Amino acid sequence: MIYLAAEHFVRAPQWTWYILFYFFFAGIAAGCYVLATILRFGRDPRDEPATRLGFYISLVATLFCPILLTADLGVSWSRFWHMLVDVTPGDSSLNFKYGSPMSVGVWALLFFGFFVAISALDTWARDRGGRPGGILGAGAGRVFNIAGAILGLFIASYTGVLLSVSNQPVWSDTWALGGLFLASGLSGGAAAITLLVRYRADAAFSLERLRLADAYFAILELALLIAFFATVALAGTADRIVPFFPLWIIVLIGIAASMLGIRRPARIQASGQSAAVATVTLEATVVSIVVLVAVLAMRAAVIFSAQ
Amino acid sequence: MATTITPGESYGFFTDTSICIGCKACEVACKEWNQLQGDSPQFLADSYDNTGRLDAQNWRHVKFIDNVPEQTANAGDGRAWLMMSDVCKHCKHASCMDVCPTGAIIRTEFDTVFIQQDVCNGCRNCIAACPYSVIAMNQSTGTAHKCTLCYDRLQGGLEPACAKACPTQSIKFGPLAELQQAADVRLAALQAQGISQAQLYGRDEAVYGGLNAFFLLMDKPETYGLPSASNAGLPSRNELGAYLAALVTSVLGVIAGIVAFRRRRES
Repeated sequence: MIYLAAEHFVRAPQWTWYILFYFFFAGIAAGCYVLATILRFGRDPRDEPATRLGFYISLVATLFCPILLTADLGVSWSRFWHMLVDVTPGDSSLNFKYGSPMSVGVWALLFFGFFVAISALDTWARDRGGRPGGILGAGAGRVFNIAGAILGLFIASYTGVLLSVSNQPVWSDTWALGGLFLASGLSGGAAAITLLVRYRADAAFSLERLRLADAYFAILELALLIAFFATVALAGTADRIVPFFPLWIIVLIGIAASMLGIRRPARIQASGQSAAVATVTLEATVVSIVVLVAVLAMRAAVIFSAQ
Repeated sequence: MATTITPGESYGFFTDTSICIGCKACEVACKEWNQLQGDSPQFLADSYDNTGRLDAQNWRHVKFIDNVPEQTANAGDGRAWLMMSDVCKHCKHASCMDVCPTGAIIRTEFDTVFIQQDVCNGCRNCIAACPYSVIAMNQSTGTAHKCTLCYDRLQGGLEPACAKACPTQSIKFGPLAELQQAADVRLAALQAQGISQAQLYGRDEAVYGGLNAFFLLMDKPETYGLPSASNAGLPSRNELGAYLAALVTSVLGVIAGIVAFRRRRES
């Protein structure tokens, strides 16, 4: 079969560092929220500390997102709200264009921020001990978390879809970026929670679960990475991604590090003894840092390959 | 005879590259009317073209494509030097308008594509989408700029500055239907002269649903830096596939998480 190389005569949009870190934090925020929700649905009270850690990390990571997006607008930063409101003279209205991933994504981020903020508040109330069921109550809280997690899945993936819905080389030559960013975000979320377990020793009980989940996400990410390389190669634009091979090596190292979780899941007992926690978290900490660097490297390699 | 410009009708450019002489009067007229300062002078060492590209300061750009063979045996049939006054195509299916999240990019009453400067917030999604590398950021205003097809002149009943200034009438302005007719006649005349490589680009719907600024080319579109019909894809072509991949990954990711947690409980 003969494939014709896709020819691109486009200008790069200069989405660089702000957007790179936005993609990173959006992936981590969404990954943490989704994992925290799944952990809570496991109904094992010993997972509750890690669940709460997930919701807290999600809040902190989400706070960076609007700041980075607004900063990327440069001198027009004060018009960030034009994403939400069409200010066309004589034709003002709320702005929602389902055909524009950027428009859909901005709304999704707004609503996701609401869910993240309420979930963090709920978690804080649980930690304070006054309300064991949180401010939402157990039943409503679960429904709330599911809705937030669905938005989270969208937030982690739409960034990749946004790149594909363009005419840029590499980005528009593949359908895999949305899924790839999502799998990477989930993996990064697991890594972020694992990394910060050191600051919440009672969450160490969930390390094994998180490492195993991370390993599964890494398998998913690897499959999508292969699909990404294959589609770009078939489009004839693989030469754009080759110069970034050091970053791709980092990505593969991160995936391999995550996959170690299958063979050597962190063993820890429910005792929560600090010595045992310290031993297990040392390895998990190193792996988590490698995975997070790989999450950033993957997004950097994709973003800069077209620009 | 001056064209009467009526809101509600489709207007555009027919740029006949076979009679472009590369004088750049269109570039100058465009800059003068639209008060574009232009980029700093650069010596590009690339033919007679020192403008380089369409951008926020160059809404018209005369491309010089050097096809001069090593040893010439004839005059080249107008192909030795290809000159083309490039401009925003004002596509029927405009990629930039599709992806613009702010509603800044609109279709005017003259069926042209226009960026409202007071609405644009500089997100640059239109730049990523434009297949012709037309739109660029004006760093001082922080907004995206491109040819307006002299929207202000049309509102005043005047033809665009570039078409007015073109000394060879390579750039023709008028109602789209009339321009298309003129293009068909010109193409037939060239082909009758044996110039078989002459072709119209954007005259029909094959490229982005048709272009309001379409061209008569003397070589294949790629030679001029224009995507051919087979390569002229809208950004939305990837939307369904990309969302589907994300959806499948979402389902698999959630299942993976649930399985991972269940396995630990069973062990």
